[in-house]
Amino acid sequence: MIVSFGILIGFHALGSVLSVLVVPMIPGNVLGMVLLTVALATRLIRHDWIEPAADLLVDNLAFLFVPAGVGVMSYAGVIAREWLPLSVSVFLSLIAVLIVTGRSAQMVARIAHRGDRPTGAEADPDG
Amino acid sequence: MVDRIGDLEAIATGPAVMIAASLLIYAAAKKLYARVPFPLLHPVLTSVAVIVALLSLAGVPYDEYRDATSLISFALEISVVALALPLYRQFAVLRRNAPEVATGIVFAAVVGVVSAVVPFLWLSVDPSTAVSAAPTSVTTPIAMAVSERAGGIPSLTAALVVVTGIAGAVIGPSVLKVVGVTNRVAWGLAMGAAAHGIGTARALARGELEGATSSLGLCLNGLLTAAITPLLLRLVLG
Repeated sequence: MIVSFGILIGFHALGSVLSVLVVPMIPGNVLGMVLLTVALATRLIRHDWIEPAADLLVDNLAFLFVPAGVGVMSYAGVIAREWLPLSVSVFLSLIAVLIVTGRSAQMVARIAHRGDRPTGAEADPDG
Repeated sequence: MVDRIGDLEAIATGPAVMIAASLLIYAAAKKLYARVPFPLLHPVLTSVAVIVALLSLAGVPYDEYRDATSLISFALEISVVALALPLYRQFAVLRRNAPEVATGIVFAAVVGVVSAVVPFLWLSVDPSTAVSAAPTSVTTPIAMAVSERAGGIPSLTAALVVVTGIAGAVIGPSVLKVVGVTNRVAWGLAMGAAAHGIGTARALARGELEGATSSLGLCLNGLLTAAITPLLLRLVLG
């Protein structure tokens, strides 16, 4: 657990340095995720070294953003003023992403896997 | 004389009380949701509502609560790095389905940000709010970091992300059915790309392959959205 936290926080630091020096528009922790993914893929870091901390954090992700969510109490005015574009934005973007992602991926899948052995990917468990 | 009242006040608004209260309120909210799985009772929504109500009643400003819970915020930042693990675990699924995953994610990131920002051009009093709404399809910690970088309000972004995720878990399967998405890889990818972690929980309930591709959608869309949001905001908002 100690080592795994050390590695995760270390990659956060590495990503933050990279963000400051090379790509300022991408947040340091996102770059840390990219670097760690590369380190895992190249076996530089073994996945069981980070599993204790990584699983703990990912499994409880929802709790971790509660304090951030409480911050909306400071922005009641913004929400009261902008509720219409905020609601339209959330629902338009949600429905657009669902349709565009699902349809485009399905179209490419049908072309890419023509002639493959059946993998079960086309089966529809909901009937 | 020793200022006992002042000391007690400092404890009441300090990390020990605030973090313990946040943990226990969330635990209770999770228990309630397990009993009554009604979408609007999602534990993040109910615990945020309860904590906001308690802080308002007690007259504690948000800044004090934020400072007291900075340990949790740090854990949230680290959790983004930890997302490398689910991404790594789905490498095999990614390799087998690379063309459709790549296509779906590029569309998801571009359409997600543009469709979230455009309503503000027509309906908003103050289009700068659009920045906070731009990354709402991606997982909360990435969305907050992107919003902060672009000059948005991270807390507002967090709230919008949670609402998007809950709405996605509820209406996502019906929307995908109406538009005829039956391919399991495409189905999972769409749920993860549109409704992040909450959508992934719903996708896992449909099947293992849907859960895996949804997790991929969550990680990759978060990554690509973080990379292209600054550029898209400049193009759309001018």
